[in-house]
Amino acid sequence: MTALVWLIPCALVLGFLGLIAFLWALRSGQFEDLEGAGWRAIQDEEPGPDPDPK
Amino acid sequence: MDRAVTQIATADEASGSEGRSTRTVSLIIENMQCGACMGNIERALRGAEGVVSARASLAAKRVAVTYDETKVDPLQLIEVLDNTGYRAAESVGSADEAASARADDLLRRLGVAGFASSNVMLLSVSVWAGVASDMDASAQGLFHWLSALIAMPAIAYSAQPFFRSAFAALRSRNLNMDVPISLGISLATAMSVYQTVRGTEQVYFDAAITLTFFLLVGRYLDEKVRVRARGAAENLIGLKALAANVIGVGGAVRRVPARELTVGMKVQVAPGERMPVDGRIVSGATHVDTSLITGETVPRHATMGTLVHAGTVNLGAAIVIEATATDDNTLLAEIARLVQAAEQGRGRYVRLADRAARLYAPAVHLLGLATLLGWLIAGAGFERSLTYAIAVLIITCPCALALAVPAVQVAAASRLFGRGVIVKAPDGLERLSEVDTIVFDKTGTLTRGEPSLSNASEIDDRTLAAAASLAVASRHPYSRAVVRTARERGLAFAVADGVVEEPGSGLRSETPRGERRLGSAVWVDAASAGTDGAETSSLWFREGSASPVALRFDDALRSDAKTLVSELRAAGYRVCLLSGDREAAVRSAAAEVGIEEWAAEVRPDGKIARLEELKGQSCRVLMVGDGLNDAPALAAAHASLSPSTAADVSQTASDAVFQGESLAPVGEVLKVSRAAQRMAFENFAISLGYNFLFVPLAVAGYVTPLIAALAMSLSSIAVTGNALRLRGRRLALGKVKAR
Repeated sequence: MTALVWLIPCALVLGFLGLIAFLWALRSGQFEDLEGAGWRAIQDEEPGPDPDPK
Repeated sequence: MDRAVTQIATADEASGSEGRSTRTVSLIIENMQCGACMGNIERALRGAEGVVSARASLAAKRVAVTYDETKVDPLQLIEVLDNTGYRAAESVGSADEAASARADDLLRRLGVAGFASSNVMLLSVSVWAGVASDMDASAQGLFHWLSALIAMPAIAYSAQPFFRSAFAALRSRNLNMDVPISLGISLATAMSVYQTVRGTEQVYFDAAITLTFFLLVGRYLDEKVRVRARGAAENLIGLKALAANVIGVGGAVRRVPARELTVGMKVQVAPGERMPVDGRIVSGATHVDTSLITGETVPRHATMGTLVHAGTVNLGAAIVIEATATDDNTLLAEIARLVQAAEQGRGRYVRLADRAARLYAPAVHLLGLATLLGWLIAGAGFERSLTYAIAVLIITCPCALALAVPAVQVAAASRLFGRGVIVKAPDGLERLSEVDTIVFDKTGTLTRGEPSLSNASEIDDRTLAAAASLAVASRHPYSRAVVRTARERGLAFAVADGVVEEPGSGLRSETPRGERRLGSAVWVDAASAGTDGAETSSLWFREGSASPVALRFDDALRSDAKTLVSELRAAGYRVCLLSGDREAAVRSAAAEVGIEEWAAEVRPDGKIARLEELKGQSCRVLMVGDGLNDAPALAAAHASLSPSTAADVSQTASDAVFQGESLAPVGEVLKVSRAAQRMAFENFAISLGYNFLFVPLAVAGYVTPLIAALAMSLSSIAVTGNALRLRGRRLALGKVKAR
């Protein structure tokens, strides 16, 4: 039974970390453009702060 | 614009020394379609002077631009995008922001409920296992206290939407599904706290928080669909021209935002531009693409005195129009209003689950009361009687009932999704299942919505390639059809050197073998060459002094339109055709697919009137249409479908959208929706069956937390399992019930 003393807090802390991560992702707009994010990954050039006119 | 909302002080880190003069606007970009567009738009905006940052969102078709107010204004930004080939408009939407904030709020509550329910379940399973083995009372008490600590704040926060909705319903003396839900959740929590303090085992935190979690999932999906629909409606603004060249008294041209235009102003419209206002042509002659408003594929010839509508595209030469209606008074704005009005009417539809709730809620509450009174009379003491009554309410808390319809709808929607149909409206399937009359639009619905070369087999490859090399320089729908046919045949051609487009006539270029011309019969001089008289739906091509070749176009029917119509009629559906196109075109299309009831040259409000008439004959109408002119009818009909090529507004107004060239999805939607409705009734039967099994136990006082949790999950699993059968089954289009 003594194992419970650290197992339960462990489970709670891990779950809580997950919740915090989710709320952070929500707040920072990770779910705002689910279609576009996929396209950004395969774009040839990263549209960075200084555009490169060809 | 609402500056208070959009003003953001990002000046410090991004724009350096300029102080607090940066603003952020949201620009709607109608034709942002792929990842490449996204990059182009962001690059173009970042290259513009005074822009601090630009971030495009493909899902919303919008870009958020932060810019320096002293250097640039939104109109200039829109013009930058216009030069890159993107049509932009400034977003007005405060309603839109509120709705997406609501969806985010639900998601946050969902996250909290998910965290709490998984941890409480972990503890509960241990307790149940402990009952069978040797867990002592102190450990059980500790687990109950921990559950209470996690579940109470989580329920207080996450279940608020249900409490609020139930409270609002009660205040207006109504009953909805949220009333028994709220009562079940709050009573289960309150009693669990009381029993935890007393140290007994009647603790139901797990049931309460899991129920909250599942119900929130459904609520969130519902809200998300609505946010997307609203966003698409606002994007309609992007269809209007945003700035116009106004000709002043002295002949000077100045650029004016479209919303500042007034009646009587003279406006110049360049080829390829959309009309900013409704107006009469006072100078010039051109062809106008009116497909957006009327559903006609053939561009209309417009000369002095012709009335043109805002939102239509000038295909030919530059013209000058005198404004007769502006901004909110244009036909386009009128259509948007009709859509809104029609949608409000549909909002009165009562969903099956709510109808069930109206019967279910009072029955359950009376049963709880009867249990309490029964045990009191039997002399069980108030506290024990109350415990049993609350157990009855927890067992009957409509988890399976609340899942009965959504589970079927998710299964039906995923089956349909696999066949290229996206169901948008939450109650769409229910309404689709009740349909007995189907009204089709012609252009873009029964037909493909774009002209195709009908006599391609008579034209040899060399001539076609030569014509395509001219046509590729023009954006006229006929030219595009020529280019498409040439590409389909795998011909190689490049833009001919020195192609000149003569507005209103055609294209020409000089080659060593003489002049090539592609255009109207007069332009190519087809009559003098001794060929047949010119038709409206044709182009002519001539190379040097060779005899001209005719290119004929028609709007081909979708390949299975005829099969579908005969199938529907065989099943007993009444099938009609309502089109804004010319009579001859509609008559031949109706004859070809076998529809007897048809009407041509119907305006948007005429379509609504026709639908009302059908409604008066107690028909339940399914409208299938794509154009902007169909949008009000789509919203007004009992149920509606549109192809994915439809205007955004029409897609928003319809219950489901189907993809691809085939019309078969229309039949599939009808089959699946009717099967889904049958299954929803089966699910109600299952969940009521469970209640008949467990309610007597609860009334008799034999319900333990384990039985409560079992009853809830088993009935939910049974209901979901039944719904999943819908996915693989073969369905037939059964006969329509006669009314």
